[in-house]
Amino acid sequence: MTDAPKPVGGNGNGPKSAYFLSHADQAIERRTLAVLVDNEPGVLARVVGLFSGRGYNIDSLTVAEVDASQHRSRITIVTQGTAHILEQIEAQLLRIVPVAEVIDITNSKTGIERELALVKVAGTGEKRVEALRIAEIFRAHVIDTTNESFIFEVTGASEKLTQFVDLMRPLGLVEVSRTGVLSIKRGKEKG
Amino acid sequence: MTTKTKAKPASEATAPRMMTGAQIVVEALREQGVSVMFGYPGGAVLPIYDALYGQDAIRHILVRHEQGAGHAAEGYARSTGKCGVALVTSGPGATNMVTPITDALMDSIPMVVITGQVPTHLIGTDAFQECDTTGITRSCAKHNYLVTDVTQLARIIHEAFYVATTGRPGPVVIDIPKDIQFATGPYIGKDGIFKPTYVPQRIPKTDAIKAAAELMTKAWRPLFYTGGGVINSGPRASEKLRELQELTGFPVTSTLMGLGAFPASHPDWLGMLGMHGSFEANNAMHDCDLMICVGARFDDRVTGRIDAFSPKSRKIHIDIDASSINKIVRVDVPVVADCAEALDALITEIKALKRKIPDLSAWRDQIDTWRARRCFTYANSAEVIKPQYAVERLYALTKDRNTYITTEVGQHQMWAAQFYHFEEPNRWMTSGGLGTMGYGLPAAVGVQSAHPDALVIDIAGEASIQMMMQELSTAVQHKLPVKVFILNNEWMGMVRQWQELLHGERYSHSYSESLPDFVMLAKALGGHGIRCDKPEDLDARILEMIDHPGPVLFDCRVERAENCLPMIPSGSAHNQMILGEITGNEVGEAGRKLV
Repeated sequence: MTDAPKPVGGNGNGPKSAYFLSHADQAIERRTLAVLVDNEPGVLARVVGLFSGRGYNIDSLTVAEVDASQHRSRITIVTQGTAHILEQIEAQLLRIVPVAEVIDITNSKTGIERELALVKVAGTGEKRVEALRIAEIFRAHVIDTTNESFIFEVTGASEKLTQFVDLMRPLGLVEVSRTGVLSIKRGKEKG
Repeated sequence: MTTKTKAKPASEATAPRMMTGAQIVVEALREQGVSVMFGYPGGAVLPIYDALYGQDAIRHILVRHEQGAGHAAEGYARSTGKCGVALVTSGPGATNMVTPITDALMDSIPMVVITGQVPTHLIGTDAFQECDTTGITRSCAKHNYLVTDVTQLARIIHEAFYVATTGRPGPVVIDIPKDIQFATGPYIGKDGIFKPTYVPQRIPKTDAIKAAAELMTKAWRPLFYTGGGVINSGPRASEKLRELQELTGFPVTSTLMGLGAFPASHPDWLGMLGMHGSFEANNAMHDCDLMICVGARFDDRVTGRIDAFSPKSRKIHIDIDASSINKIVRVDVPVVADCAEALDALITEIKALKRKIPDLSAWRDQIDTWRARRCFTYANSAEVIKPQYAVERLYALTKDRNTYITTEVGQHQMWAAQFYHFEEPNRWMTSGGLGTMGYGLPAAVGVQSAHPDALVIDIAGEASIQMMMQELSTAVQHKLPVKVFILNNEWMGMVRQWQELLHGERYSHSYSESLPDFVMLAKALGGHGIRCDKPEDLDARILEMIDHPGPVLFDCRVERAENCLPMIPSGSAHNQMILGEITGNEVGEAGRKLV
């Protein structure tokens, strides 16, 4: 509970009671959390079950083993809620026995979030040329092509991917597959 | 960033002994100091039952229903502070355990449940008596395991005990397929078992203690609000609570789960708080300027209407589970720690401050005016036994004995909490969080198995007892002389009371048109039955129950329509208690929708 509210001293300068704080901030925030877990059977179900059981939201979720020797997996979850709910989510995640660490990427100055999308676009003529031109601007790679279609691979922040998909829509967008958000922190430090 | 720190690595084991999975189970239980376990055999645990055969280190209590095994393990755990152990088969054995597992999670009871599973190669084929035990229990257990490799079995069992008994205690499930029970593997001892991702924070942070002590030495209307965490932490926490109370002179109230941590005979004891708590405790909660919450979790039965909860107070919250802090009520000073450690640190810090604590006499006077309302007063009768009177007499006649009380759930449970008084921890076993009807009798079986010479009484209702009454047969078989004191009003009393309060006295399906003859029922199950319906006979009948050497069902016929008061109706604040009688107009539209 290092992030718990600071103790209010007995000097009477602070608010009269914490009671008045509890409903102060009802604004919904979006938060990306990296959850480092022991890669044991059922661990993903525990994390997902926590969110569904307690009525929290999951906007996106990715998971893969990141350290085979230590059986360590990294789950990146994008969620949303009030500040109070988000604090609870972090505390509840840490209650799960195989959860080692919860990192708040959103509130970290050094947090980086990236996502990858595969975007299938079908068309001919000018629309096809335009799709390729936009792909170039977004630094998307063409990973498959036929006379009438492309599959683009594009990475970046989620907003950028959404923007790319929106631009492809009038140009013959067929299908989209996205990984969900991945996260890491800048600099040489771990975690 | 929040990180769990790493513990030391396990030491290298010497050449391990080889044995079957079933033998590993029994050996690990033995090494963990398990002397009593509760269970019911079936196809998928036969190898473990075979390993139990002929050994006498572990006493196995054969129950009549798997749910009974779970509640018995809970009763055993809560009355001893040790880990309860239950052993059941796959499929229905496991699903019947779901209620006690959830009950233990809600009330933070350390319990290890071993379930059999179909052989590994049959998992996922909808085999006979197969169910996804780890899937089903994932959200109701603190942790669970499916053992797929016999070489991991011993480590998993020791780790399960470690997880169940440390931090905020809770139930841990180990699902063992039948082929793993037959397979041969190494036995690994419990030393050096650790889980790097699981490191409970036992010792409080110094700045939190300093901030708490600062508030405590300057408060004019302080109050201890204690809970089941004080009991779960062990007897030292209760001692430290008493020591800190003596040092400060602050009044004390407690949740249902915390009764006994502070002696009820103490002049600063306010009684239980919450929905059916005392007038003085609830008003003190509402008007205090400093609330020191120790091992309680601001349950809705305690807080009442949350936006009117103790509006004028600063709040200190000591809890070993960080997620309990700021979950319901925002607090000023969070202290993540084991209760005993935090209380001990507070005593040291407050002594070191050498500060004169404010004069609490005005606060005491205020509390005395609330006390003077005598909120538990009831109209006694010479013709009919009032349920309150029954519990009062039971208390008077058993308080000087070595007595343990369990309860079922409902009106009788609240009357027991109000009229039976506890001086010590671990004497009171009740289903608080989950509210499980049927808990009391099997819990009493568990308590009695741990304390063979004690007087163990299940204060019950005639509805609750029928949910698990077959366990009287267990008590008879194992010579566990539990006493079941049934407050029989022929109604599901609490349901009836809520229907009177909230649903225009439309008593939908809350009356038992047909009840068993409990005296004959006791006889049929091999116990002794007693009936009493006259106040003047009550003492003699209670003494007959106490003196009977075997299990007793006591059918105490009480006033049928008695309401359990005082009461904070749902959706109301602590200072809006119903004291005298229910009029039916107490609850507004919003409150009606609450549970």
